[in-house]
Amino acid sequence: MTDKGKYLPWLAGIPLGLLLGVGLFTFGYARGHSYMTDDPAACANCHVMNEQHEGWIKSSHRAVAVCNDCHTPPGLIPKYFTKALNGFNHSLAFTTGGFPDRIQITGRNARVAEGACLKCHADITDGIASARHSNESVDCVSCHRNVGHAH
Amino acid sequence: MKRIALAVGITAVLTIAIAALLINIFERKQEGRNAFFRVVDLDDNTDDPAVWGKNFPLQYDSYKRTVDMERTRYGGSEAIRQPASDRDPRDVVSQSKIDEDPRLKKMWLGYAFSVDFREERGHAYMLIDQRETERVKQFKQPGTCLNCHASTYTFMKKLGDGDTFKGFERMNQMTYAEATQGVKHPVSCIDCHDSQTMQLRVTRPAFIEGIRNLKGDQNYDPNTMASAQEMRSFVCGQCHVEYYFKGDEKRLTFPWHKGLQVDNMLAYYNEVGFKDFTHAESGAPVLKAQHPEFEMYSQGVHARSGVSCADCHMPYKREGGMKISDHHVRSPLLNINRACQGCHRFPEEEIKARVEQIQGRFIESRNLAMDALMELIDDIKAAKAKGATDAQLKEAWAMQRKAQFFIDFVEAENSAGFHAPGETLRVLTQALDACRKGQLALKAL
Repeated sequence: MTDKGKYLPWLAGIPLGLLLGVGLFTFGYARGHSYMTDDPAACANCHVMNEQHEGWIKSSHRAVAVCNDCHTPPGLIPKYFTKALNGFNHSLAFTTGGFPDRIQITGRNARVAEGACLKCHADITDGIASARHSNESVDCVSCHRNVGHAH
Repeated sequence: MKRIALAVGITAVLTIAIAALLINIFERKQEGRNAFFRVVDLDDNTDDPAVWGKNFPLQYDSYKRTVDMERTRYGGSEAIRQPASDRDPRDVVSQSKIDEDPRLKKMWLGYAFSVDFREERGHAYMLIDQRETERVKQFKQPGTCLNCHASTYTFMKKLGDGDTFKGFERMNQMTYAEATQGVKHPVSCIDCHDSQTMQLRVTRPAFIEGIRNLKGDQNYDPNTMASAQEMRSFVCGQCHVEYYFKGDEKRLTFPWHKGLQVDNMLAYYNEVGFKDFTHAESGAPVLKAQHPEFEMYSQGVHARSGVSCADCHMPYKREGGMKISDHHVRSPLLNINRACQGCHRFPEEEIKARVEQIQGRFIESRNLAMDALMELIDDIKAAKAKGATDAQLKEAWAMQRKAQFFIDFVEAENSAGFHAPGETLRVLTQALDACRKGQLALKAL
């Protein structure tokens, strides 16, 4: 009885350790750590975002903003919540397939990006906004489409 | 014991899930690499697309899909079953256009098109549908017809001992029945691609002559002088064009000498005194427009913006990490995400609604013009019955010739007005004006 109790933690521990090991390896192999950073290359880890990444490299905003500056809201918690939400959605889509080749931004993400435009350019857009109702958004990218990146 | 079993079970499921994810990530990383394996050697005589397909399975797979028959709101073919017979081995055909709109039949009275004209189907059917149309079975047609209904590059080379222009001349002068024995495939890889470099190339002598006449430069060579983007339209323009068979040698000729607009072509035909047939009811010397997609697209805003045929009809698609041209050539309306949304940032439904609005306006205008033409034909027929002489009918005939060619031009053009909406409506307005003038000329008698 005592002997059994002695080996039980090992018996339970080995498979759990294997699980943890495979899990950690997968995380490392998929460059999971890179998603904690602001490095734009991380966003093109999977090749779906290649065009956007290449477009950004050639864009005017390259000098002043990385992906996360425009595609995540300010504040540590909102930022990582957005990263986690998109990370989950993108992983799911990429793993299961069936998403359109010409990827389309979601409503929430479009609002985040719009907010990012105003974060830096509020001074010059105040005049545009003041002539409208407060609930009317202007949608900067409907005209300034390629400032962040082509595609 | 139960707890241990549960723990093992959960651990096992989690491990399986993580291992599966790992493998998936591995596979995605692999497909991110551009893999090309040359498994067969292609040369300038390989006309069988299945052989090319061994080296380019993704392109070949999509090429094979042109068998699909799918309608859009205003276009596309519908599969109609018929019992296969000795006379016609096809058990599926597309809808008859002359039954759908009897005005077409009346417009073409005296010509083979009034006997049999069905909606065009995908590239895969081009050869069988030509071999089995009553226009070929009931009427003697020249080998010229094959230029655009089969993979003729190697056949022309063979006939001309390596010279496609000579082979082209010989093929044109054969009978259709004889020439069609020499070909095996519908349009194939070799008709648009160089077998060694895969670069686009024009293989049809008629296009080379046509574009030279258009540019007024007999030394122009699209294969060395056109841009890659131009070539993405030129290869389509080898066939999706207005043409006629010139002279006794039945030389396939594109009437582009004065320009690509319908007015330029009518002026050319009038100058060389060409007619396709004499209208059976009115006696007018008239023209049959073919399928001038290349010319009409050239009048539109997409062409002006540097968008090529392939950009919308063979848009890039993602296969793993690779982008390939979709060789399933079809209506962009069946592929809106890839075909349109790369440039147009609107929801699919909105894009479709915009196109259908343009096409709906076209259909309405086309129907009005078609009615006017029917009235003109009836009026000429009536004047003839009352004894009007050929000289008296000359002006009305000329107006019928113009109206009919203009209406047919936008009717045969396979986009229901979308390729160049403004130009299409201008052409129909010209046609209506011609009908009006034709009727006025009769009134003066």
